[in-house]
Amino acid sequence: MSALEMVRDAVAIVLLLLGTFLCLTAGLGLVRFPDVLTRMHAGTKPQVLGVLLIMVGAAIRLQGWSATWMLLLVAVFQMLTAPVSAHMISRVAYRRRHVRRDRLMVDELNSGGGVRDRVYQGDEPADAPPEQPGAALAKSREEDEAR
Amino acid sequence: MSEPVSPAAHRLRHQLPLLVWLVLVWNLLWGTWSWANLISGAAVALGVTLLLPLPPVVGGSRVRPLPTLRFVGHFVADLVRSGALVAWQTVRPSGIDRSAIITVQLRTDSDLLLTILAESLTLVPGSMVIDLDRERRTISLHVLHVRDEADLERQRAAVLAEENRVVRAFGSPEEVAALDAAGGRTA
Repeated sequence: MSALEMVRDAVAIVLLLLGTFLCLTAGLGLVRFPDVLTRMHAGTKPQVLGVLLIMVGAAIRLQGWSATWMLLLVAVFQMLTAPVSAHMISRVAYRRRHVRRDRLMVDELNSGGGVRDRVYQGDEPADAPPEQPGAALAKSREEDEAR
Repeated sequence: MSEPVSPAAHRLRHQLPLLVWLVLVWNLLWGTWSWANLISGAAVALGVTLLLPLPPVVGGSRVRPLPTLRFVGHFVADLVRSGALVAWQTVRPSGIDRSAIITVQLRTDSDLLLTILAESLTLVPGSMVIDLDRERRTISLHVLHVRDEADLERQRAAVLAEENRVVRAFGSPEEVAALDAAGGRTA
């Protein structure tokens, strides 16, 4: 084994280890972070970077271009799809009030609204009724009339 | 287009980037470059676009090499930085502090540009897109780990800078002019 090959292998191993570590932190974040929105951060950023590093490491380690093209495709689709799925999940979570309001500094998306959840903490079942059904009904009627 | 074109030809012209992309994916999946792959890829791409038609992307888009390079460079740097940052926030003992949901008034008005912007914003440090109000052109982001108002202002400025880079890289001349008129910085 020549010196060049050894250097190449060492770089590949470092990249692979770094990538797996980042994917591990993504999993760790899912456990440690308090609510859906923050968990989605952990599920996208270290995850995507980890997969990218693993792809680069594997491309260096594997011989032949055909594998490299496949890895490139995996990387591209990872970057295209991860933000979309994270966005969809967090949007649903926000609309179903799976938000830890006590951990939010500001919420400008909901600032003008009269209905504020005071009791809900963000880990209620998805079909939990509105905290104040009367106020929520009045607000939705108001919105219907304004339309 | 001075001469009248048939609807089929018009649609084909709009679908051309999608066709090229599908053929490219087909060839990358096979891993080798050959005429057989190219032709079979073209056949599959035509079949896919005919059977599962997508609405055409409206609004002219172009790619300017230098601003695109700057956008990609910033994007890769941000991607690495945000990956490392969030990884550190998951493993450090103190965990994360408070987060925030902010809305930012955008200046662009193009579906394609807003899509690129939202995709890239989710991958850069701190922010994740929750909602995008297409009519009012506001974007709502969840920001991980904020300490004070200054953090929020910094995040807002980062979103606008990202928008600036996206529009300058991929927007039509009118879009860039609108950005300049709205006070886009040349940062």
